[in-house]
Amino acid sequence: MLIPFFFLLRDGGMNTSITELLTLLEAMKRGVAGQSIDDFYFLSRACLVKDESKLDRFDRIFAAYFEGVEDSMADLMQDIPDEWLKRQAELLLSEEERAKIEALGGFEELMKALQERLDEQRERHEGGNKWIGTAGTSPFGAYGFNPEGIRIGQNGSRNRRAVKVWDRREYRNLDDSVELGTRNIKVALRRLRKFAREGAADQLDLDDTIDKTARNAGLLDIRMVPERHNAVKVLLCLDIGGSMDDHVRDCEELFSAARSEFKHLEYFYFHNFIYESLWKDNRRRHAERVPTLDITHKYGADYKLIFVGDATMSPYEIVYAGGSVEHWNEEPGAVWIKRLLNAYPKAIWLNPEPKKRWAYTPSVKITQELMDDRMYPLTIAGLDDGIKALH
Amino acid sequence: MTDQKFTGTSTYVATDDLMMAVNAAVTLERPILIKGEPGTGKTQLAIEVANSLGRPLYEWHIKSTTKAQQGLYEYDAVARLRDSQLGDDRVHDIANYIVRGKIWEAFESDTQPVLLIDEVDKADIEFPNDLLRELDRMEFYVYETRQLIKAGHRPIIIITSNNEKDLPDAFLRRCFFHYIKFPDAKTMEQIVDVHYPGLKKALLKEALNAFYRIRDVPGLKKKPSTSELLDWLKLLLAEDIPPEALRSDDSRTAIPPLYGALLKNEQDVHLFEQLVFLNRRSSQQ
Repeated sequence: MLIPFFFLLRDGGMNTSITELLTLLEAMKRGVAGQSIDDFYFLSRACLVKDESKLDRFDRIFAAYFEGVEDSMADLMQDIPDEWLKRQAELLLSEEERAKIEALGGFEELMKALQERLDEQRERHEGGNKWIGTAGTSPFGAYGFNPEGIRIGQNGSRNRRAVKVWDRREYRNLDDSVELGTRNIKVALRRLRKFAREGAADQLDLDDTIDKTARNAGLLDIRMVPERHNAVKVLLCLDIGGSMDDHVRDCEELFSAARSEFKHLEYFYFHNFIYESLWKDNRRRHAERVPTLDITHKYGADYKLIFVGDATMSPYEIVYAGGSVEHWNEEPGAVWIKRLLNAYPKAIWLNPEPKKRWAYTPSVKITQELMDDRMYPLTIAGLDDGIKALH
Repeated sequence: MTDQKFTGTSTYVATDDLMMAVNAAVTLERPILIKGEPGTGKTQLAIEVANSLGRPLYEWHIKSTTKAQQGLYEYDAVARLRDSQLGDDRVHDIANYIVRGKIWEAFESDTQPVLLIDEVDKADIEFPNDLLRELDRMEFYVYETRQLIKAGHRPIIIITSNNEKDLPDAFLRRCFFHYIKFPDAKTMEQIVDVHYPGLKKALLKEALNAFYRIRDVPGLKKKPSTSELLDWLKLLLAEDIPPEALRSDDSRTAIPPLYGALLKNEQDVHLFEQLVFLNRRSSQQ
C-alpha cells in the first residue's frame, strides 16, 4: 500500500525512509485520519516530511500522484534535476532497469536510435516528445520524464556535443562532494576544536580534590577548575562580490556554521584578492576599511587563518602593483598575502570552485603556489583535509 | 492508548493540519517536532494540549549548556562527598544522590503526561542523538543504581525548534513533524478573537491591516509575529486608541501608534521610520 507513492517521493528527491512510511501506515491503521483526502494529506505530511523547505516539493508530488496528473511530473523534475538525475543514473546500473530498457527494443537498439537522432538534431531543443533536449518526454535527454529514458549528461551538454555521456561514474562519487549543509560543516569544523580551561573556576576538579583531601588528612578540600572551552581562534577572510556571487550560499553556510562553532572568530571581507585593507561591513566597504597590517598586529600568531574565495581573476590582480580592479594598490596582492602568511603560519584557502576546474585558471594556480598548495575545495571532504592541514 | 482528540482550546486556535499532526502523535505515542517562526505559539501548544486532554505537563527548557543526561538524571557527587565528611547515614545508599531529570519524572507519571522539550536546537549539536533511545523505546538505564527506568505510560512528547541548528536525520525519523505556518488574515482574526473577545470589529480590522502591512515591509530582520500582535492589541486597548488613528489616508505614509510593540529590533525600527519618511516625502511631491 502506498509503495508507488513512497518511491515517487524518493525519486522526487525526498529522502523519506521506510520507518516513516511504516509510521504512516500504522497511523492509518489506527484510524488517525478519517476518510477524507485532506486528512490523509495532513497525516502523510506530518509523517513523511521533516523539513519545511521540502514541503512544497511534497505538495507537488502528492498532487501529481493522487490526482493522476502524470504530465506535471515532467514539470516537477525540472526543478529537482540533480536528485532525480542521480537516481536515473543509478537505475541504469541495475539489471531490472536494463530489462525495462528492453521495452524500447533493447539497449543496443536504444543507443542506435540515440545516435540517429543526434545526427538529425544539431540544435538545442526543449520540450516536445521526440528530440533530445531538456524537459521533454522523449526517452533521451535530461530533465525529462520517461520511465525508459536515457539521461544524457547535463555537464556534457555545455559544449552541446553529443558524446555518449553516462555520468554514472561522476555521480557515484557524489556523496563526498554534496552541497554543504550547516550540520555537516559544523561536524567538520569540530575537528578544529582545541579545549583549554579559561575563566571562572566553577567545576569540581575530582582528581585534585581527592589528592588534596588525602593530603589534608581526610578533611575535605574541594578544588575547582574553570570549564573547558573551545579555545581555537579563527580569522576568516571571505571573498565577496563578482565571481563569488555564484557561491554565496555555500559561503553563508560556512560562515554561519563557523560563527556558532567558534567563540573567537574574526571575519573580514575582500574582493578578489588581499591588498592593504579589508572590511567588516560590506555595505560600508568604501567608508570603513581596516588596514591589513593592523589586523596582523591585533590578532596573534595563534589565530588560524582561513581564506574563502574562488581565486578566479586576472593574474595581474595578484602579481602586479596597481592590478586591483577596484583601486590603485601600491604593492601587489602577492606581497600582502605573503605578509599574512608570515604572520599566521597556520593558514588554508577554501575554494568553492570545483577542484577539476582549478587547473584551467592561471590565477588559481598562482594562488595555490602562494599558499604552498594549501588550497582545498569547499566541500565536506575538502574542509576535512583543510582542517587537518590547520592542525 | 487514548481516544481523546485535540481540537484546540478556548485560548488556542489550532489549524486542521496542526490538529492532525498532534492527534497522530498522541495516538501513536511518538514525539512530535514543532517548528515555525518565533512567536507563533510553539511552546504554548504543549501547554494547551496538556490542558485540553487533562494531562500533567512536564517542561524541559533547553539551554546551550544542557546535556541530554540532565533530562534523565544527575548524580550529585559533591553532596555525597560532603555527607560522607559529616558522617550522614544517607551516604551509604547511592540512590539518595540521584537527582531525577524531567524525562524520568515524566516516565514515572501515573497518567500519560505531556512532556515539552523546548527549543531543542539551542543545545549542542549532538544533543538530539543522545536522546534517540530514550525517545524511541521510552526507557533508559541508571548506571549508578543499576536499574532500568521504563515509562509507565509513554508520554506525549512535544519538541520545539527555532531552526538555529539542523537536527540529525535519525532524530527526525522518529518524530512527527509540523511546521506552524504564519497564520493568514482569517485565522489571525480567530486567534485575536480568542484572546480579546470584546475587541471592536473596526479596531481589529484596522489593526490587522496595519500589522500585515508592517510584515510586508521588505528587509525586516524580525517580522512581527502573532505574540507581538497580541501584545500590541493589548496596548492599543489599554491606551484606548480609536480605529481611525490606525487608518492612514494614503496607505503607507503613517506610522502606526505604539509600533514599538511590533518591531523589536533597533535596525528594523530605523528602517521602518526611514521607509515611512521616504514614502511621505514622495507622496508630498
